[in-house]
Amino acid sequence: MALLKSSKIISTVGVHPPLGVLSIRASSWWSEVQMGPPDPILGVSEAYKRDTNSKKINLGVGAYRDDQGKPYVLSCVRKAEAQIAAKKLDKEYLAIGGLGDFTKACAKLALGDDNEVIKSGRNITVQTISGTGSLRIGANFLSRFHTEARDVYLPKPSWGNHTPIFKDAGMQLKAYTYYDPKTCGFDFQGALNDISKIPEKSVIMLHACAHNPTGVDPRPEQWKEIADLVKKRNLLVFFDMAYQGFASGDIDRDAWAVRYFIEQGHNIVLSQSFAKNMGLYGERVGGFTVVCKDAEEANRVESQLKILIRPIYSNPPMNGARIAATILNTPDLYKEWLGEVHGMANRIITMRELLVANLKKEGSTRNWKHVIDQIGMFCFTGLKPEQVERLTKEFSVYMTKDGRISMAGVTSGNVGYLAQGIHAVTK
Amino acid sequence: MSLFGEVPQATPVAVFKLSNDFKEDPNPMKVNLGVGAYRTDEGQPWVLPVVKKVEKIIVADNSLNHEYLPILGLPEFRSSASKIALGEDSPAIQENRVGAVQCLGGTGALKMGAEFLRRWYNGNDNMKTPVYVSAPTWENHNSVFANAGFEDVRPYKYWDAEKRGLDLAGFLGDLETAPKHSIFVLHACAHNPTGTDPTHVEWMQVAEVMKRRKLFVFFDSAYQGFASGCLDKDAWAVRYFVTQGFEMFCAQSFSKNFGLYNERVGNLTIVARDADNVRRVLSQMEKIVRVNWSNPPSQGARLVAITLNTAELFAEWKDNVKTMADRVLLMRASLQAKLQVLGTPGTWDHITQQIGMFSFTGLNPKQVEYMIKERSIYLMASGRINMCGLTTKNIDYVAESIHETVVNVQ
Repeated sequence: MALLKSSKIISTVGVHPPLGVLSIRASSWWSEVQMGPPDPILGVSEAYKRDTNSKKINLGVGAYRDDQGKPYVLSCVRKAEAQIAAKKLDKEYLAIGGLGDFTKACAKLALGDDNEVIKSGRNITVQTISGTGSLRIGANFLSRFHTEARDVYLPKPSWGNHTPIFKDAGMQLKAYTYYDPKTCGFDFQGALNDISKIPEKSVIMLHACAHNPTGVDPRPEQWKEIADLVKKRNLLVFFDMAYQGFASGDIDRDAWAVRYFIEQGHNIVLSQSFAKNMGLYGERVGGFTVVCKDAEEANRVESQLKILIRPIYSNPPMNGARIAATILNTPDLYKEWLGEVHGMANRIITMRELLVANLKKEGSTRNWKHVIDQIGMFCFTGLKPEQVERLTKEFSVYMTKDGRISMAGVTSGNVGYLAQGIHAVTK
Repeated sequence: MSLFGEVPQATPVAVFKLSNDFKEDPNPMKVNLGVGAYRTDEGQPWVLPVVKKVEKIIVADNSLNHEYLPILGLPEFRSSASKIALGEDSPAIQENRVGAVQCLGGTGALKMGAEFLRRWYNGNDNMKTPVYVSAPTWENHNSVFANAGFEDVRPYKYWDAEKRGLDLAGFLGDLETAPKHSIFVLHACAHNPTGTDPTHVEWMQVAEVMKRRKLFVFFDSAYQGFASGCLDKDAWAVRYFVTQGFEMFCAQSFSKNFGLYNERVGNLTIVARDADNVRRVLSQMEKIVRVNWSNPPSQGARLVAITLNTAELFAEWKDNVKTMADRVLLMRASLQAKLQVLGTPGTWDHITQQIGMFSFTGLNPKQVEYMIKERSIYLMASGRINMCGLTTKNIDYVAESIHETVVNVQ
């Protein structure tokens, strides 16, 4: 519109030496900038906020809520913050790779305290801007140094932001079968079939636990077969672990797949987020790990990661990393944290059970077993886009179009209403 | 066989290596004039008193949590930060044509601006659009723009080594010959690393050429308040360009003027033709944010927002900023006076004429090496020193060392 206006003015005014003021005021550099579509996931929360219906439910973003539907600041986090405040630390720049106390503890949490990888110093772990930042640094690193293959294979479906991140980093996206819409479960044979055809050296993305968006995880025996096949195909494994502790309630159980793969000799790359399991969402706490051949290689890789990080944001933010490090490195806070994570995971499991019970009460005859079988924050309900649209328009239930709901947004107070709505659009 | 077998060892970032070497130096007389961070007269980092106050407020407020910020950041932070740059009564703000993106420090703001320009400025593929950075400039400018996909990052003449001042003719000359629509990164005040800023009249000349030749204005404002001690004075150039009708970007950092280095508090201020353009630009900024960090860290932004939006805290902050700027001015005056008394060869007026945290001493690489190796005084190979590293206790040693170096090493 602005461009149209300006050319009108230019044609009447003509080209004068002081083209300056008049036409500069009329035209804009940004006239051709299109309005970007709202983010499919974060856009849901924004739409929810605008809704005035008192019964509205936000099942969009994966942020934990307590049974009152309120954000939950972990008690161990408050305690850690108090401890930190008392220390009166300075605010000097962190190293490019972040806070050492944090990165060491972050690696230990994922790999296990006495993992051979950590002992031999053959991992490099850098602090990142939560999970997104970690994936982005990883994508940039692979794009620059993994020149044998440009393809990243994501499970079908995967977190919506995986694709744009890898694309923006210059990688190409492909997919392998994962979710079976017929069973709302894991299509194990389909996955194996597809993986067996992936060209050597390609990157394969695996969700370590609590798959987002489906909540469908492979069982240990299935993971073993996948690990075997991936090794045969000589693929580079990229684990995304955003929910350690949050899935089963047990830190070690949730990291089992990651540790198994490493044990089996896969030198993986790994993204970790502390947004959910420590409730540190807005503090942006994450880690990116490369498991290398040896310490010497880890050194070289570290130097290159720093080169990648510096032109994006120079060095990472302190606050969240300091909180996480304090919790991970202080025995009673760590213990308290394990208890709180377990509590959050438990509430979600309870909500799953309640939702199914309520659906049955409503008279639904559909099979809702998957709601209980799935794990972690999300549930792939099996709802189709038209049903989702109705659920949002008629019941003010906000979720993503793929039928994903965040179980964390379900409470004993709203589960009945939710069941009503779901039953209404699926009967 | 490793997938990463061919990954070469990268050379470390110079300024951090310098700090490392300083740390390992056993000489008790050692002085670190490298990294750009403020130090007190005791040579210690300084957490601003107002920051300590606001931190307590935040800790005590149980209504606060750690939820995600919106993609573009904390609204109260963004608007108050832009006001700081453009002025409370900025016509652009009143005309509703200013937008902002909270970013990870000044670096993050430059990054977002660069990524946006590469995608959307002047057609939608700007890989070949020239980006001009001053000669010399903060070394990371080159990397930020190159990594954002710009293939042609070039220098514009700026520092005149011989006269130790601004090469205005060279600067204007490069503006005249730059391809139309080129992007120019301008230092709003306290030029890093030279400490040499254009005068008002010189800025007006720069603006005239840029307007006539349709060059894009991208301000880097990392030291507002820190240069002269006065926020408004330090924002003069940015505000002047706004009055001249430019659409422009201004990358702001609150690392130095709030002392919040490690909380990564930055803001990209966007001045556009009108509100509709701002809206569309911001919607595309969101896409870029989403693939880099999803949403920015909350702690630092909250702190700054509370400070800027609370009258007494704002006044206290301005006072804290003046304290820092004044100490730097004092060190400049002292150093220059001591060199004069010592009769150190050459002219040293540039030390007091330059402004902000840094001074381009004019020492050459051999002299710099001598300072480091023989005197354990750490400064950048360019001859840049951080004035904040000077204290009343070490200034004599530094002055004598400069003297000895200049006399003995050519």
